[in-house]
Amino acid sequence: MTRIPLARLVNTQTIALVGVLLLNWILFPGFFKIEWQDGRLFGSLIDVLNRGAPVAILAIGMTAVIATKGVDLSVGAVMAMAGAVAATLVMSGQPGWVAVLGALAVGLACGLWNGALVALLDIQPIIATLVLMVAGRGIAQLITEGSIVTFSDPTLVFIGTGSFLGLPMPVVIALALMILVTLAVRKTAIGLFIEAVGVNRSAATLAGIRSRLLLVTVYAVSGLCAAIAGIIVAGDIRGADANNAGLWLELDAILAAVIGGTSLLGGRFSIVMSVVGALIIQAMNTGILVSGYPPEFNLVVKAGMITLILMIQSPFAGRLLTWFGRNRRKGAS
Amino acid sequence: MNRSLRPLLATVIIFLIAYAAAVFQFPGLLSTRVLGNFLTDNAFLGIAAVGMTFVIISGGIDLSVGAVIGFTGVLVAVLITWLGWHPLAAFAAAFVVAAAFGAAMGLVIHYLEVPPFIVTLAGMFLARGGASVITQDSVPIDHPFYSAVSSLYWRLPGGGRLSFVGLLMVAVFVIGAIVAHRTKFGSYVYALGGNATSASLMGVPVARTTVEIYTLSSVLACLAGIVFSLYTSAGYPLAAVGVELDAIGAVVIGGTLLTGGYGFVFGTFVGVMLLGLVQTYIIFDGTLSSWWTKIVIGFLLFLFIVLQRLVFAASARGDRVAEKA
Repeated sequence: MTRIPLARLVNTQTIALVGVLLLNWILFPGFFKIEWQDGRLFGSLIDVLNRGAPVAILAIGMTAVIATKGVDLSVGAVMAMAGAVAATLVMSGQPGWVAVLGALAVGLACGLWNGALVALLDIQPIIATLVLMVAGRGIAQLITEGSIVTFSDPTLVFIGTGSFLGLPMPVVIALALMILVTLAVRKTAIGLFIEAVGVNRSAATLAGIRSRLLLVTVYAVSGLCAAIAGIIVAGDIRGADANNAGLWLELDAILAAVIGGTSLLGGRFSIVMSVVGALIIQAMNTGILVSGYPPEFNLVVKAGMITLILMIQSPFAGRLLTWFGRNRRKGAS
Repeated sequence: MNRSLRPLLATVIIFLIAYAAAVFQFPGLLSTRVLGNFLTDNAFLGIAAVGMTFVIISGGIDLSVGAVIGFTGVLVAVLITWLGWHPLAAFAAAFVVAAAFGAAMGLVIHYLEVPPFIVTLAGMFLARGGASVITQDSVPIDHPFYSAVSSLYWRLPGGGRLSFVGLLMVAVFVIGAIVAHRTKFGSYVYALGGNATSASLMGVPVARTTVEIYTLSSVLACLAGIVFSLYTSAGYPLAAVGVELDAIGAVVIGGTLLTGGYGFVFGTFVGVMLLGLVQTYIIFDGTLSSWWTKIVIGFLLFLFIVLQRLVFAASARGDRVAEKA
């Protein structure tokens, strides 16, 4: 049996998450209370997990993309498209599983499109995915014809609001996805290849890594993750809202990855820490809600939090630390 | 012809073809009335896009632009309507706040070495959140100065109106073009975008230039916010959501490279006009829904990006051939 080293669990992100949760507990004493009702768990903590699941799922794909020195701005729009496709499919009489497969196919197609622009046409990722970010929401509105398509299909509703082993379905899906992707990148060489391409693509290509195929795959995974998040959000509200589904979530997902310690310059990433980052963001949102502060403070607190975490992680802080260390040693000698 | 002007020329030609096609279908689009409204309706976007052009030429990006527009609108409206300030005093206060905000982002980007994408994203949350903290509602501005400026226009032959804000946008573009292409600051911006390391080795004051670039972008976004508040006679914390994307789109369509070091302020003007043309065409058509705007703009973005790649690939090949000869 392998032991998980305790030191690996004690890092900036985990401390930040525990800190935010404790703060929530001080503001709202019932925060850690979890109840078992009708065969599933209820409570603020479960709510943080449940509400944080879509961003966590986006962050899993986003982390892989960022690790290749890219970024995927289109995930919010892909969520809207996937939701719209799923909703219109069930409304046209298709069974739920067909709707799910259709939505996943849309996500995959979007990811392949982004990947082709980045890997084959060598377009900067931020621009390549900007195209779909702008056009995608328009396409989603085109599919739903501008209205909110509501449905009551049991499969989709189960994905959005059902529960499995007492946990809400979105949490189960996010957890499964996290384990799957972590195993894929850490138990095979894929993670190493991703990092190599992120650090220096031409060097990686010269060393024999098929960087084009890898990039297309990474963007395809991000598209698939976005589609899954889109199905969850649509199932949760029992409708596809092309205007608001996934709006600005790409920014939350990027933020989750960055808070999780993934470098935007590529080459360093951790899927699990990105999920923790997504939970930190959601815990902050929930904290502001339960504390009774007006929700407008949300964005300001978020901005302050990001700046703080980024400052701690910046090269500047690193240099400051070494400088302090040197001076202390000088003082001692 | 200078090879580096090719992408700009391509943008202009595509705009002219698109405009001619639109006029062919709706002859009314050629009237000075429509052209005047073109300038007025896109004034705030154009002004913000000038700042974005500088940021992108320097190799950065500014996601806070739309939020600064919203924040400025709210700040100005609150100062005028709630506190009874004169609009000009309110504008001055807004400029000071925006300049400090932009300078702070520039400082963080340079000294903490955090990517501009993330710094300006935090800036976007801060400005948007700040505006919502001040007020959640739309604050109307009812001041004689506002109605005077809003009704200021020159009548063009054919019944068109060249409004003050429309002219202001054109002026900002002219000044922006002069600053970018004819001043020392402008050449520093290009040098920074070309290669920051070589620029600093050659004596470009990288720290000062970076701070100045983001200050300029925020100040122009503030001016855009003032223009937006003149346009709507109100301040609203959720105003101009997503305008940063339109501005980036206009800059890209205008032929500026997102990797930095290459671009034209005039190209951005054509980009803004092209976005305006798409919107006006869809309004004229009447049967097309508003979501087609997004799809067409996305398609245009794609078209121009691919076009840029092809033009640059061709000119790179040309350079190689020239070297061999």
